[in-house]
Amino acid sequence: MTHYLGIIFDAMFTGNLALTYLLGMCTFLAVSRRVGTAVGLGLAVIAVQSLTVPLNQLLFERLLTPGALAWAGLPEVDLRFLKLILFIGLIAALVQVLEMILERYVPRLHAALGVYLPLLTVNCAILGASLFMVQRDYSGLESAAFGFGAGAGWALAVVGFAAIRERLVYSDVPAGLRGLGLAFIVAGLMSLAFSGLAGLGG
Amino acid sequence: MTSSRTLFGPVLDQNPIMAQVLGVCSALAVTRELEPALVMGAAVTCVLAYTNVAVSLMRGVMPRSIRLILEVTLIASAVIVVDEFLKAYAPDTSRVLTVFVGLIITNCIVLGRAEAFAMQRPVLPSLLDAIGNGLGYALVLATVAAWRELFGAGTLLGRPMLPATDAGGWFEPNRLMEKPVSAFLLIGLLIWLLRGLRPRLREEVAGDAPWRDQEARPS
Repeated sequence: MTHYLGIIFDAMFTGNLALTYLLGMCTFLAVSRRVGTAVGLGLAVIAVQSLTVPLNQLLFERLLTPGALAWAGLPEVDLRFLKLILFIGLIAALVQVLEMILERYVPRLHAALGVYLPLLTVNCAILGASLFMVQRDYSGLESAAFGFGAGAGWALAVVGFAAIRERLVYSDVPAGLRGLGLAFIVAGLMSLAFSGLAGLGG
Repeated sequence: MTSSRTLFGPVLDQNPIMAQVLGVCSALAVTRELEPALVMGAAVTCVLAYTNVAVSLMRGVMPRSIRLILEVTLIASAVIVVDEFLKAYAPDTSRVLTVFVGLIITNCIVLGRAEAFAMQRPVLPSLLDAIGNGLGYALVLATVAAWRELFGAGTLLGRPMLPATDAGGWFEPNRLMEKPVSAFLLIGLLIWLLRGLRPRLREEVAGDAPWRDQEARPS
């Protein structure tokens, strides 16, 4: 149990996807002007990550690893190079299905998430988490824990960042630094704070 | 739009990272050393060129409703080729870049340029646009990476430039440069510099700030 809690903690804090690996930055910078939308986006990321990472792990292990196709009489086939296409296809399909389910059964949440849900297909934090899962050789349960932790860590970062940016609107900064330039520097300072957690857990 | 503007516009004025805010993730993540940053710049340029040309060739026959899936598949196949090529011929750099080569698929520069440019233009301008955007991306990566490697380790491309103290020299490497925070700060400052040179790119945030609305109205 502590092993899985360790993976979640690690993915949320010491190896935060947004602030340590700098993934999903386009969405991170674009959708962080208001805390409300950032919370919605964060929830969507948690849901998508918790589903895609274990599903991708299952598909990768059952279809692409060497020997996985032994039941079909092809024991020596190694299809690992196809992982990128498989992962992006599964993510796109899953986001689509999730959107349809939410629209049908939870229309209020669907309306709140708006355009951010389909955009998650091209969020590199989602694909990145699946690729890290392959690189670190996570098992099924481990990848479920990692997916949830990675999503929760990303959500935490984007909500905190949005809260800071809401206050920044009232500060008087040099004209050239307004908006994007300052957003980068603030994200840098947040990343510095998170790097203080390095070495914890494990 | 003339060819030279299509080619050189994205290098500075319409820089994909600093002006269009596309492809930021990898720009931050692979810039600890100069060599992987240059390789990454070249890889993105290749994928961009291939995707833009392919999308531009197929723009007449692609049904609008499934164009995103087709574009993502085109990009993914190009990225797989680049990834396998790097693994075969530059295994060390490939190991440093880890997942970031695969993440070119979700690099918004590639999809962004395919959607915004190649869908409506003939092949040659699309190719030039791809090369220009690739160069602009590589330029930012190289600038940030050169700075981080020079002051973080005292080397450039692995060669010692500033003799470090632990090797008997005078330069104390700045460990902060090895952390992700320095990438954020450097790109933030680069954006400031670019917007200082090109005031047109500055953001109007008056609408967001209530107090600025009243004080800074042009009379």
